[in-house]
Amino acid sequence: MPIFWLVTLILVIAALGYVLARSRALASAGGNRSALHSLPSYYGMNSGLKIIVPGFGLMILWLLAQPLYVDSVVSGMIPDAEIKEGSSRGLLLAELRRTAEGIDLAISKNIMDEEFARNESTEFADMTARLKDAGAVVTSSITQPIMRGAQELRVLSSTGRWLMTMAVILVSLAGLFWSLRETNAEFRARNVVEQGVLALLIGAASIAILTTIGIILSLIFNTVEFFKLYPAMDFFFGVEWAPSFSGRGGASELGVLPLLWGTLYISIVALAVAVPIGLFAAIYLSEYASNRVRSIAKPLLEILAGIPTIVYGLFALLTVGPMLVSVFGDGGALGLNWQGGGRAVMTAGLVMGIMLIPFVSSLSDDIINAVPQAMRDGSYGLGATQSETIKQVVLPAALPGIVGAVLLAASRAIGETMIVVLGAGAAARLSLNPFEAMTTVTAKIVSQLTGDSDFASPEALVAFALGMTLFVLTLSLNVFALYIVRKYQEQYD
Amino acid sequence: MEGGLVNDMRTIQRTDQMEDMKISAKDVNVYYADNHAIKDVNVEIEDKTVTAFIGPSGCGKSTFLRCLNRMNDTIDICRVEGDILLDNEDIYDARIDPVQLRAKVGMVFQKPNPFPKSIYDNVAYGPRIHGLANTKAELDEIVETSLRRGAIWDEVKDRLDAPGTGLSGGQQQRLCIARAVATAPEVLLMDEPCSALDPIATAQVEELIDELRQNFSVVIVTHSMQQAARVSQNTAFFHLGELVEYGETGQIFTTPQDSRTESYITGRIG
Repeated sequence: MPIFWLVTLILVIAALGYVLARSRALASAGGNRSALHSLPSYYGMNSGLKIIVPGFGLMILWLLAQPLYVDSVVSGMIPDAEIKEGSSRGLLLAELRRTAEGIDLAISKNIMDEEFARNESTEFADMTARLKDAGAVVTSSITQPIMRGAQELRVLSSTGRWLMTMAVILVSLAGLFWSLRETNAEFRARNVVEQGVLALLIGAASIAILTTIGIILSLIFNTVEFFKLYPAMDFFFGVEWAPSFSGRGGASELGVLPLLWGTLYISIVALAVAVPIGLFAAIYLSEYASNRVRSIAKPLLEILAGIPTIVYGLFALLTVGPMLVSVFGDGGALGLNWQGGGRAVMTAGLVMGIMLIPFVSSLSDDIINAVPQAMRDGSYGLGATQSETIKQVVLPAALPGIVGAVLLAASRAIGETMIVVLGAGAAARLSLNPFEAMTTVTAKIVSQLTGDSDFASPEALVAFALGMTLFVLTLSLNVFALYIVRKYQEQYD
Repeated sequence: MEGGLVNDMRTIQRTDQMEDMKISAKDVNVYYADNHAIKDVNVEIEDKTVTAFIGPSGCGKSTFLRCLNRMNDTIDICRVEGDILLDNEDIYDARIDPVQLRAKVGMVFQKPNPFPKSIYDNVAYGPRIHGLANTKAELDEIVETSLRRGAIWDEVKDRLDAPGTGLSGGQQQRLCIARAVATAPEVLLMDEPCSALDPIATAQVEELIDELRQNFSVVIVTHSMQQAARVSQNTAFFHLGELVEYGETGQIFTTPQDSRTESYITGRIG
């Protein structure tokens, strides 16, 4: 039975359980709702929970466990003699699985029947010919043991699937009967259902946390792997970034400093654009603007935050870059010849700054609004003007929060990729000239992993070390920002 | 019963009151959007006296107080009509800068609101803005006198650099009074200055108000009739946006002219 029908069946049983339990509960109270411990629907939900949770739980566990079991059995069928030089058991196992899929395909095309597919005495040459007819991918490595393994795999899988269907249906029905048995007027169905909801919430929270931990662990393991192949000192203190392309051999220079410098330089330019503009916009919006202006301007500003970064990247590439060249480039308006091409630190930094404006302004606006009106009243009451009040009372009071907002913006700038890829170029360089092309950690992660890459080479694994570096950098910025914001929150209590 | 006590005290004080009007309000009406909050209020506030505004919650006494230094300007929907004269100058005249006015008419708020700065900077805030001190020594002098006037100098003189927000509620309120005094105002408005304080801190602030009377005209809004009786020379009773009765404190509490005043001070309304 396909999984889809099995899922449908469990849901049908659950719906049945809901209706039956509900009416059974009502009947046990003689039709008098107020004699029940819980609302009738809670009895129904209790029944539904007791069908769905064990049913789906068993199904998911089975689906996870069955391939492991089948693989271990089939793998034992491959004799060591079959494993040739340069090959491995894993590769043969993959071949075996492909063969099994080929047989399925052939059966569905009526090129062989089920009996032929299962027959232990089938010659592998005959099988190979038929598989070829079916259009399945056949390689020279199909041998008699492989074919036998494939046949066994098919048998085991289909038996397993059949057993699973039976077990799941049985468990669901057991749940149905159990829940119906316990349904009576005194049964505390509401408490049970709420326990179930609690478990659901805890489950959701743990999935979020566990995946985070999983991602971090995979980063760490791959980074450790990289440092086995490439010395850590050369990575952290190397000033040269020159990976050789995989497969061509030769030593790579994988120093992170040029990339970190590019990241920091572009971020600094971006923050130099975003912080003053964003902060001034926030001050205007929260302190001076009338409600009408505010209600129009704030959403407009926040639209900037909704533009995908790739669009900012295009804007950098097609508009800002050429514009900067026409001012600072060869034969430009200033006659300076500082900028060679459109891609430069300045291009990416300016555009990233524009991207960060709503981020800074929106957060600062909230923080400025959180300064109590009593502070402003106190200052006005002493004969201070609005501007004096903002400069000397509101901003100092909001400063820690604003610093927090700026740090959050900085961690976004450091992690930004698309604008950099399109706006700053790909040349890793240690230079002070902001009109030169540079690149960042994120852009290099992209370029190290796109295209054909051998995931065992230091050139590909360096991406994980770069990712880890970036992660530690932004994490510490975020923690620092949160620390400052939290310290600020205590101030008015 | 409390009226009798008060009367004895006030009769003595009445003799040394000068008939010197600091603020006079004529036909003042205040609207919040469509809500008519203050209705035709006429009041004369004497110099170097404490004037108390009493009345039930929402009667407009705080609103009227805030008209006296144009704090209502910061509320968009608020509209003030009528004349309020400070030393015979209309404070709502176009030539008057509300900022300058507020330097002359200081204000202390219901909840202590020290700035998140040091105690010294809190007090020095006004003088710095208005350029009252030419040298650091002069500023130190102003800060010390103000803190002494605020009756808090002895408690904070060793920690002037500590944040003002770290003081206790009563200390914070006295700091706010010192801060208001530091700008050398002529009138000091106090909006329920003791409502957030415990009885001991209240007693300290009340004592302070009585001392401030020597230099300033003080207008205090209060919910406590005992407080009004204790600290004020004149009392105005507001009810539903109207000024019901205004007169010498002893007289208001012993022989009120209006039946509403009598009901309020005997606890039947409000």
